Amino acid sequence: MSLVTTLARIEAAATGRARPVATARHRHLAERPLVLVPLTTAGEVGAPLGAMVGTDRDAPRLLVVPQPRDRTLRSAFLAELADAVLPHLEAAQDEVELVERSETDPETGRKAKVEVELCADAPQLVVPSAAGVAYVRLLGRSMRFRRTAEEDPRAAHPAPPRLPLLGRWLTHYGERARVPGSSLLLAVTEVLGRHWATGQSRLEDQHLGALLAWITAGEGESGAEAALRAELARDRDGLLLTPPAGPATDPAFDNRRLAPAVARYDAGLPGAEAEIRELVASQLRPTWDAVWQGLDLLRALPPGAHVADRWKRDRWSYTAHRDRVRGGEPPQPRRDDAVTAARKLAARETAQAELAAQEALDDPLVMAQRRMAGEAFEGEVVEVEMVYSSGKRPMPRPLVTVRTGDRPHLEGGERLHRALESGKSQPGVFTESPAPGLLTVRLTGGMGRGREPEAGSVPEAGETVCWTLFEHAPRGGPDLPDPEETPWTHGGPPDPDALDAPDPVTPEDLL
Amino acid sequence: MNGTPAGAPAGSASLPGTGSVPPADSANAAVPDPGPAAAEATGAILRDVLSGAHRGVVVDSPPGAGKTTLVVRAARELAAAGRPLMIVAQTNAQVDDLVDRLATAEPELPVGRLHSSEAQPYAPVLDRHPSVVKSSKAADLAGLDVVVSTAAKWAHVKGAGPWEQAIVDEAYQMRSDALLSVAGLFERALFVGDPGQLDPFSQVGAEQWAGLSYDPSASAVTTLLAHNPDLPVHRLPVSWRLPASAAPLVSRAFYPYTPFRSGTGPGERRLEFALPSDGSGVDRVLDEAAGSGWGLLELPARHTPRTDPEAVAAVAAVVRRLLDRRGAAFGERSGEPDPVTAERIAVGTAHRDQAAAVRAALASLGVTDVVVDTANRLQGREFDVTVVLHPLSGRPDATAFHLETGRLCVLASRHRHACVVVCRAGVPELLDEYPSAEPVQLGVTVKFPDGWEANHAVLAHLAEHTVAW
Amino acid sequence: MSHNSDSQPTTALRRRLAELRGADVAPRPMDARALAALAANPGCRRRALLDGAGVDKGALAQALGSPAPFGQSQFAFVRGHAFEARAKGDGGAELMRLVHSRTAAAGAPAPESGEVSVPDLSAPGPEGRAERTRQALERATADGGWTLLDHPMVRLEVAGSFVHLEPDAVAVHPDGRWTVVEIKSFPVLDGSADPAKVGAAARQAAVYALALKALGVPGGRVDDRALLVCPKDFSNLPTAEAVDLRRQIATTRRQLARLTRLEEIAAALPEGATFDPARPPAELAGSVESVPAAYAPQCLSTCELAFHCRGRARSGGAVEALGREVRGELGGLATVEAVLAAARGEACDTAERSPDHFPKEPAGDPAAAALRRAARLRAEALSAAGRP
Repeated sequence: MSLVTTLARIEAAATGRARPVATARHRHLAERPLVLVPLTTAGEVGAPLGAMVGTDRDAPRLLVVPQPRDRTLRSAFLAELADAVLPHLEAAQDEVELVERSETDPETGRKAKVEVELCADAPQLVVPSAAGVAYVRLLGRSMRFRRTAEEDPRAAHPAPPRLPLLGRWLTHYGERARVPGSSLLLAVTEVLGRHWATGQSRLEDQHLGALLAWITAGEGESGAEAALRAELARDRDGLLLTPPAGPATDPAFDNRRLAPAVARYDAGLPGAEAEIRELVASQLRPTWDAVWQGLDLLRALPPGAHVADRWKRDRWSYTAHRDRVRGGEPPQPRRDDAVTAARKLAARETAQAELAAQEALDDPLVMAQRRMAGEAFEGEVVEVEMVYSSGKRPMPRPLVTVRTGDRPHLEGGERLHRALESGKSQPGVFTESPAPGLLTVRLTGGMGRGREPEAGSVPEAGETVCWTLFEHAPRGGPDLPDPEETPWTHGGPPDPDALDAPDPVTPEDLL
Repeated sequence: MNGTPAGAPAGSASLPGTGSVPPADSANAAVPDPGPAAAEATGAILRDVLSGAHRGVVVDSPPGAGKTTLVVRAARELAAAGRPLMIVAQTNAQVDDLVDRLATAEPELPVGRLHSSEAQPYAPVLDRHPSVVKSSKAADLAGLDVVVSTAAKWAHVKGAGPWEQAIVDEAYQMRSDALLSVAGLFERALFVGDPGQLDPFSQVGAEQWAGLSYDPSASAVTTLLAHNPDLPVHRLPVSWRLPASAAPLVSRAFYPYTPFRSGTGPGERRLEFALPSDGSGVDRVLDEAAGSGWGLLELPARHTPRTDPEAVAAVAAVVRRLLDRRGAAFGERSGEPDPVTAERIAVGTAHRDQAAAVRAALASLGVTDVVVDTANRLQGREFDVTVVLHPLSGRPDATAFHLETGRLCVLASRHRHACVVVCRAGVPELLDEYPSAEPVQLGVTVKFPDGWEANHAVLAHLAEHTVAW
Repeated sequence: MSHNSDSQPTTALRRRLAELRGADVAPRPMDARALAALAANPGCRRRALLDGAGVDKGALAQALGSPAPFGQSQFAFVRGHAFEARAKGDGGAELMRLVHSRTAAAGAPAPESGEVSVPDLSAPGPEGRAERTRQALERATADGGWTLLDHPMVRLEVAGSFVHLEPDAVAVHPDGRWTVVEIKSFPVLDGSADPAKVGAAARQAAVYALALKALGVPGGRVDDRALLVCPKDFSNLPTAEAVDLRRQIATTRRQLARLTRLEEIAAALPEGATFDPARPPAELAGSVESVPAAYAPQCLSTCELAFHCRGRARSGGAVEALGREVRGELGGLATVEAVLAAARGEACDTAERSPDHFPKEPAGDPAAAALRRAARLRAEALSAAGRP
């Protein structure tokens, strides 16, 4: 952790209120996100208990499984979930813009410009916490291999029609959430934690109620007190006033309220189902409201300049998945093949480097951390010496000297980067430190093609400039072979016809 | 991630029990005569490579066991047999070093150095070799007996090859996905590396692939052997770099299931100083290290940030006195002692800012030619004397980074004569308080020993060579 | 650690620990959570003493007014038991098939049904059960067949005091090997399982393995691999994986060997100290306070006393309360106040830079100098963004 962030945490502990660690919002927030708060049954993987879902904070849709061990009821719940979620996820499929992209012609090997569709927007899904993201993945995994009666007329327990499709979408969103800086699927605790430092540990920040308590602490009560209340305060019946943000429930709730109600339901007592619905709603609603409160807090921050660029990648991801579904491709396999795994890792590493660079460029507080770490420096230009390269066509290679209190890790010859007004990045090379606190940089580009640098492309004395040691638009890794060309070191090509079978149905199944 | 010490029967029932780490002298007992043993190992490796009977041959090489010598020799024999060879190394420095060694060993050998298109893409020393062709395009180097480049550069080569044979150097430091992107360029390959050094890592989480044979964040050798379990795995049994005082400790602490010995016996390497000790802690630790191969300069226990000024000053003082007292290294190479000059000394740290602080401190003492770098950058290098700022010195907490086995292994295995460690007291207590909450991934071979064990083993040994600051 | 007779807890220590626990309070066995707490915070003396004395930390925390939030849902409980019964059903035949398929020596034939012996281990009291377990292991090892010990009882010396442990099962192979079996209700989904949970299970199994090794039964060898049995995918069907315990065994062995001896910790307590939950809270708080704790946020998920310790750590301004990693760059600055004072440049010798903006090598504590730099950068950035 950067000392700049540590200091914010310590300030928060001292003042009793969360302190900002970002001055811009670094994730995209959709105008109408779909919020999903799931609950699951303790000890039963993939046996959902209920969910609150919707795009209207005042009108959540409540889904409840009155007896989670009942396969039919679970199926009905998932069908209802598909009904609540799929229309939102499919809503942006048809509004597209046409974008030029260069693609390699498989026949000729030549690159050619082609026009492809890019969805104009992508639906956003928001869950309370990282555990919620994991649960979205789990739901996706549990549904995408299911077979409907149409696909398999002999299936003993056919899936409701749209279930496998929901499984594929949730799987895609869950997988996309692993890409640094992506925003198709957001966990509120993670995004809040990216922008505020509380006076507690990051471990404790995973509790949505406690995290919000620190951020919204007002007069009269410190964040620590409010967070403690969110963590532990119980009513007279021993139930938590702030229930866990799920998908796990509070054991006291399970034992004191839910279990007796489920027993009444099993006994066929009238009103038992309504009672369970009410109970589950009582556990979901506080989290539902907290998620929207978190979104309000985030919305109040101005978006970072590069957020839209990154959201465009999310739109590409959404469009690509749409195309795969429309193209009739099978569901995502259980485990990636060697090439796919390597491609994903490479893409995520590039995304990580890009995110780190863009957040710093968009936010002086993030840049402060990079400066603290010796990866960037800011200072006032004290001297500009015009120098030209030797060669047939001398090019401007001005030497710019800045005065800075920063201590970048420079030994000589390092490549440096400076963001220009245009959004482009100007390369430079560190040449020397003529005196303590003075650093001289040779500009090596971004000045146009002429002998004289373009106006405004060379900083002037008195100007404040910021150079980074990291690239602003990091390049991706090398091309990887196609899966069918997987080399012998990695087990050779995977069997192209190997399709993951649906999970076998046995009496022991939970789903 | 987990560079499996190949050859270790990981997971099999015949493992030596935990804690029953082989005794210190078992390697020497197992490898009675270093010269013939090493020659025999090399012979078997070359036979396997030249026979072409296997698509891959793996060679585990402990520190200083002659890995580069083996690569140069294999390359020359393959070239002599008329088999076009590509060599994959991990960094440009490694590539340049290999090309230089190859061209020095056989000046007539046509060697290609495939490089990037950046400014100063290769070491100027290569310009001294007329037979070395340098280019940024693989096509320009077609037909040369040997072409050498980094894995990153090879990954961009299209429409060339496939080469009949490749040598992949530092294969344990190469990630599985990097091998995936170059493996299409060759038919068969010799993989050489040190399983005890720093594992490759990824900047983002890769847990979802843990346990898969081709986990892209795992080491190239792990993936290779998972898919080709029958490949021959050889081991170089003798460290020619480490002295008799160091090989047993390094072998026991970092290679418990694949022991090796030193090429020299006790007393064959000596370090002497022209100037006598002034009685200070610095001089006494130098004398201790000269006499026993190890010295621990212990500073009073204190929690400090990474750039602990006192520890940095202590490191610099040790180096300064080492130069002032005019050390002479006696070894097996010649009867005459070699002066321990600045370029024969290195300082190793865990972090870059520590290295920078030590450099500044040394500069203020008028020392400039000593290599000061992090463990990552010292991998593969060799010096007469090393001075190490212990990764855990002064830390209020131990982290997985500071405990990483490979980091300590690199720092403790760069020297031919002696190693002085500078550390604050209290590290054993810090290790005792280190929580053990590591997650465990099903199907991932456990790397053993872990950093915690290795750190304890090294500290226990150093404790016998402690001098107070 | 040594197992010779002079390392056995002395009568005096046992008496002392019983006093601390409170008159007529039975010692609590070292359960999975206590083992997890040891792994998560081996350096905490408070935890070591309370667990070593068998104090019910949950009751103590309740009495102190900071009840632990742990609890088990009866759904999870029922499900866990149902799965364990399912896994051990059919006279252990299915479980032994899994033991065989994952951990048997190459070529060893699988146990036929009816070939698995499941001895009765019931006996009065933990000592009695531990003795029955030892006898059963001796017999099974000597017999050379397949034996399943269902809920055996073993004991282990922890910081000079014995604690009783109850593994889910131990399988004895015909070749004399013993495999610790852990049955968990989290699933193995597509071949992988929650790594934090597998890690916890491995640490737990390592403690059992050490206790079994300490028995020293002739011919018996404890396998360095445990068998982890979990539900497969979304089903209730058991599947199993062998888990390499070498690391956990080595770590736990070291931790146990180096634990500060309870005698020492207990000796430092003031006269009359007690952890009897029946005593008044103020008295208990005083006793608890007299044993030093090493609170870290990781305690919250493993130790019943964590909320109490957190409250104390926070009111004392300890920076560890913000996370162990926070300490990393703070050097000797251990409290919130000290850090903020250093960041403000107070209590420090020289200013970091002179008015002409030239950085000077700061004299004194580099942590303080770095904090001043961090504070300046942070303030500049916030004001540049128009934030307070």
